[in-house]
Amino acid sequence: MSDSFVFFLIQVLNGVQEGLLLFLVASGLTLIFGILRVINLAHGSFYMLGAYLAYALTQLTGNLFFAILLAVPLAIVFGLALEALLFRPLYARDHLYQVLLTYGLILVLEETRSLVFGDDVHGVDVPHFLDFSIHLTGALSYPAYRLGISAMCLIIAGGLWLLIQKTRLGMAIRAGASNREMVQSLGIDIAWVYRAVFALGVALAAFAGMIAAPVASVFPGMGNQILIISFVVVVIGGIGSIKGAFLGSLLIGLADTFGQVFAPQLAGMTVYVLMAAVLLWRPAGLFGGRAAR
Amino acid sequence: MKARASVEPVLLALALVALVLFPLLGAKFYLQLFAKIMIMAVFAMSLDLLVGYAGLVSFGHAAFYGIGAYMLWWLSPQYAAANFWLTLPAAMAAAALAALAIGLLVLRCSGIYFIMVTLAFAQMFFYFAAGSKFFGGSDGVYVYVKPATGFLDLGDAAQFYYLALAAMAGTYLLLRGLIGTLFGRALLGIKSNEPRMRSLGFSTFGYKLAAFALAGALAGLAGYLDAAQYGFVNPDLFGWRLSGMALMMVILGGMGTLYGPILGAFALVLLQDTLSDATKHWLLPLGLFIILAVLFLPRGLSGLLRRAEGKSG
Repeated sequence: MSDSFVFFLIQVLNGVQEGLLLFLVASGLTLIFGILRVINLAHGSFYMLGAYLAYALTQLTGNLFFAILLAVPLAIVFGLALEALLFRPLYARDHLYQVLLTYGLILVLEETRSLVFGDDVHGVDVPHFLDFSIHLTGALSYPAYRLGISAMCLIIAGGLWLLIQKTRLGMAIRAGASNREMVQSLGIDIAWVYRAVFALGVALAAFAGMIAAPVASVFPGMGNQILIISFVVVVIGGIGSIKGAFLGSLLIGLADTFGQVFAPQLAGMTVYVLMAAVLLWRPAGLFGGRAAR
Repeated sequence: MKARASVEPVLLALALVALVLFPLLGAKFYLQLFAKIMIMAVFAMSLDLLVGYAGLVSFGHAAFYGIGAYMLWWLSPQYAAANFWLTLPAAMAAAALAALAIGLLVLRCSGIYFIMVTLAFAQMFFYFAAGSKFFGGSDGVYVYVKPATGFLDLGDAAQFYYLALAAMAGTYLLLRGLIGTLFGRALLGIKSNEPRMRSLGFSTFGYKLAAFALAGALAGLAGYLDAAQYGFVNPDLFGWRLSGMALMMVILGGMGTLYGPILGAFALVLLQDTLSDATKHWLLPLGLFIILAVLFLPRGLSGLLRRAEGKSG
C-alpha cells in the first residue's frame, strides 16, 4: 500500500467516525422532530452534558468505562425530568415557542456548566484496553480508540434499527411519525411513546458526548457546535427519518473531514454548501416525505 | 378592536416624545445603551415582518445584519470618514441582494425546514467571515472613522442617539404603512392560508421573496448602524446567538404588532445590561427568564399590555 493511499484511507476512517458519532446526536434530534414535533435547540447541550459527566465521573472512578455505566442512567433520568417539566407543555405550541424555550435552556445549561466546571478545556483518558495504535505503514498508524468509537456507534445504530423495526415501541414510533391522532384513537398511550423517545434522544446525544470526550476533549461551546451540524444532517436526511440521519451523518462526516484536508480556509463552509446543494435538488431532504412539515 | 386601534398611536406618540426628550436628562452611558436598543429594535421589527406577518420563522436573520456591518467596514477608507449617504444605501442594497439570492433558495422550504435552513445559511456567512483573511478572520475588523453625514456628528452620543431613533421611527412607519397596503394584506393571507392565496391568483412566492428582501435590507440598516456605533465588526454579527436574540425580542414582545419587537428589544437589552452588571453568569438568569416567559406569558409582553388594557377599559 502506498503512503498516499493509506493517508486517504485514514481520512475516510476519520470521516466515517465523525459521521457515526454525529449520527448518535442527529438520530435523537430527528426522532424528537419527527415524533414529538418539537424543535429542540438544546439537543447539543445534552451532548455537552454527556461529555462533562464522562469527565467528572472518570475523575471519580478512574475509568471512562465505569463513568459511562453511571452516566447513561443519569442522562435518561435527566431526559425524563426535562420532558415532564419543560417539553410537555410545548407539544401543542407553535414551533416559535419551542425555539424560544429551548434557546433559554441552552443558556441555562451552558452557564450551569460554566459554574460547575469552569471554562477550561479538559481531557479524558482513553480506557487502557483501547489505548494503542494500529500500525498501518511507515510513519502512519491509526488509534484503536477511534475504531472503537465507530464500532460502538454501529452497534447502537443496529440496535436502534431493531428497536424501531421489531419492537412494540418501535411500531408506535413509526405509527406516531405518520399519524399521531390515529395512534391515539387506536388506544396506544402516545404520552408514553413521547417520554420514551425524548429520553432515548437525550441518552443517545449524551452517550455520543461521553465516547467523544477522549478524542474531542471537553470544552465550553462544544454542544452548540454539534447542534448546528446535526441540524444540517437532519435537513439533508429528511425530518423524522433515521435512515436519512444515518446517510446524512456519514455524508457530512466525510465532507467535513475532506474539506479540512483539501480546503482548510473554507472548511467550516463545506457542510453548508453540501446542504444547499441537497436542498436545491430535494427541498424536503433525501428521505423526507410527509413529515416535512 | 376599534378601541385598541385608537389607543395604540397615542401611546406610541407619547413614547416617541419621551424618547425625543430623553437626552435632555440622560447620562452619556444611557444614550449609548438606548441607541443600541433602538438599533436592535430596527433589527427585531424587520424580523417581525417575516415572522409575524409573512409567517416565515427565520433563524438566520443575523446574516443580513452582518452584511450591513461588514459593508460599512469595506466601503470605509482606512483613515478617513465614509460618506454616510452613499455607504448606507449601498450596505442596505447589498443586504437586500443577499436576501434575494438566499430567499430564492430557502423560500422553497417551510416550517421546521425553513427555520433550520435559514440558520444554516447564516452559519455559512459566519464561517466564511471567520475563515477569510480579507474579512479579518475571527478577530474581526475595525472602522476607525465614523461615517460623515454632513450635519450630524456620529461620534457625539446624543447625535448618534437621534440617528438611531430616526431609524427606529422610520422603520416602524415604513412597515406600518406597508402592512396596510395590498402587499401587507397579501402577506397576512399567505401566513394564514397559502394555498388559498395561490388559488386566488397571488404569486405567493414573489410576495414572500419581496418581504424577505425588504427585511434583509432593514436588517442591513441595523447592522450598518451597529458598526457605526461601535466601530468594530466581527463574525459574531452573523452568529446564531444574535439571530436567536432578535427572535426572542419579536416573540417576547409579541409578534405581528411591530411595537411588540420594540418592547422586546428594550426589555431584553435592559435585562441583559442589568444582569451582566450583577454577575458574570448573567446568561443563567436570562435563560431562566426566557423559559418562564414562554411557559407563563403565552402572548408576549404586548399580550400583557393588552390584557391590562382590557381590564381597565
